[in-house]
Amino acid sequence: MDFLISGTHIDPVYLMGIGFIVGILGGFFGVGGSFLAGPALFAAGMPMNFVVGTDLAHIVGKSIVAAKKHRALGNVDIKLGMIMVTGTIAGVETGAQVIQHLKHNANVDIVVAYGFILVLLSISLFIGWESWQTLKMLAKPDSRKSIAADAARRFKKDAPLTARMPRYVKSAQDETGQVKKDASVLTHVTKRIHRFQLPPMISLPVSGIEQISLWSILGGAYVGGVFSGFLGGGAGYVRMPAMVYLLGVPTHVAVGTDLFEIVISASYGTLTHAVKGNVDIMVALVMHTGAAIGAQIGATLTQYFHGPRIRLAFVPLPLIGAGLVIYSLVTGHHFK
Amino acid sequence: MQVHGFLKKIKIASTGLFLAELAVYAVFVLLYYFLVLHFLGARVKQVFDANKIHYAILALVLIVVQGVSLEMLTSALLRVIRRKAR
Repeated sequence: MDFLISGTHIDPVYLMGIGFIVGILGGFFGVGGSFLAGPALFAAGMPMNFVVGTDLAHIVGKSIVAAKKHRALGNVDIKLGMIMVTGTIAGVETGAQVIQHLKHNANVDIVVAYGFILVLLSISLFIGWESWQTLKMLAKPDSRKSIAADAARRFKKDAPLTARMPRYVKSAQDETGQVKKDASVLTHVTKRIHRFQLPPMISLPVSGIEQISLWSILGGAYVGGVFSGFLGGGAGYVRMPAMVYLLGVPTHVAVGTDLFEIVISASYGTLTHAVKGNVDIMVALVMHTGAAIGAQIGATLTQYFHGPRIRLAFVPLPLIGAGLVIYSLVTGHHFK
Repeated sequence: MQVHGFLKKIKIASTGLFLAELAVYAVFVLLYYFLVLHFLGARVKQVFDANKIHYAILALVLIVVQGVSLEMLTSALLRVIRRKAR
């Protein structure tokens, strides 16, 4: 099929196939998937300026499907998502400014590439270690007893939610009354962040957070935004773990809320790139026909996995991204 | 053992239904591709050449409308799968 705007000829089945794979990953992990879709579009012969903008447009459509599905499953904290968007946009602008500064003073491509590899490898190793430790801890018989006792205590509705939990289990209850339970060996880090009492303090019932400083959320989102502006893409690989480990959001809710935030931030990105003539919307529409069904499947699959297992399955994603950057450094083919 | 066999049968039936629904979805997408996307290309290109701001708004509207409508279609198809699997 000829795509007149970008002047390319790409097989629509290839585009639908990429959309389907990235859709499953996006629905399951709450990431945009630009680290896979970008290189795949580039490999199909699309000019690099169109790759970035077109990928963002396709992410909007795919994230709408996945976020709606997660919302139906009670996995979207809209209040948290709206606050995070503010911090993310500020962070993206800062990241873009850093890039501009580096353009004048250093070899920006090398700095960004090494930064990207370092961040992705660190995230992958850290999440792998944490989720493995959590799964090992949950496999111990005394942990199982503790969780069973916790389930029994849950019927006593007069006690506060956190008082009914073992210290490594975090939990949230959505509007439909469904309980989202998660476990992590790093809840002490989360509790330390929750103890930071700079007003205004807010509560996030959907995420099971009774009280947290607004500045903690904005700070986490800002850091994610800086990575997004500095390294490109939506930086879901930074934001999703940040929500889980720093803010204490259960993994399922972090995935759904991240997708909700991606809808807004990617829409903004699509508009700005389209005005500059960097979006071939026809390519994005064809890709999205595959992504729609993939995103539904990915979002539905999250119901059958516990938080630590979702996080453990997340580990190869940043590694793939890092591998692509290393490949482009070695061969000179630029994907991003 | 009987329960295990029953669950296995349900699993096979669900997979079959799921593949059937995927085929239905593929037909819908093919129709959509030939009826809408095929004819839309030239018109969208005209807007792209004429005014980038109009094009940006049109691009966002198109992807959002397709996102919402395909979500409704895929949800309905998956609901049918689940109902038939029961």
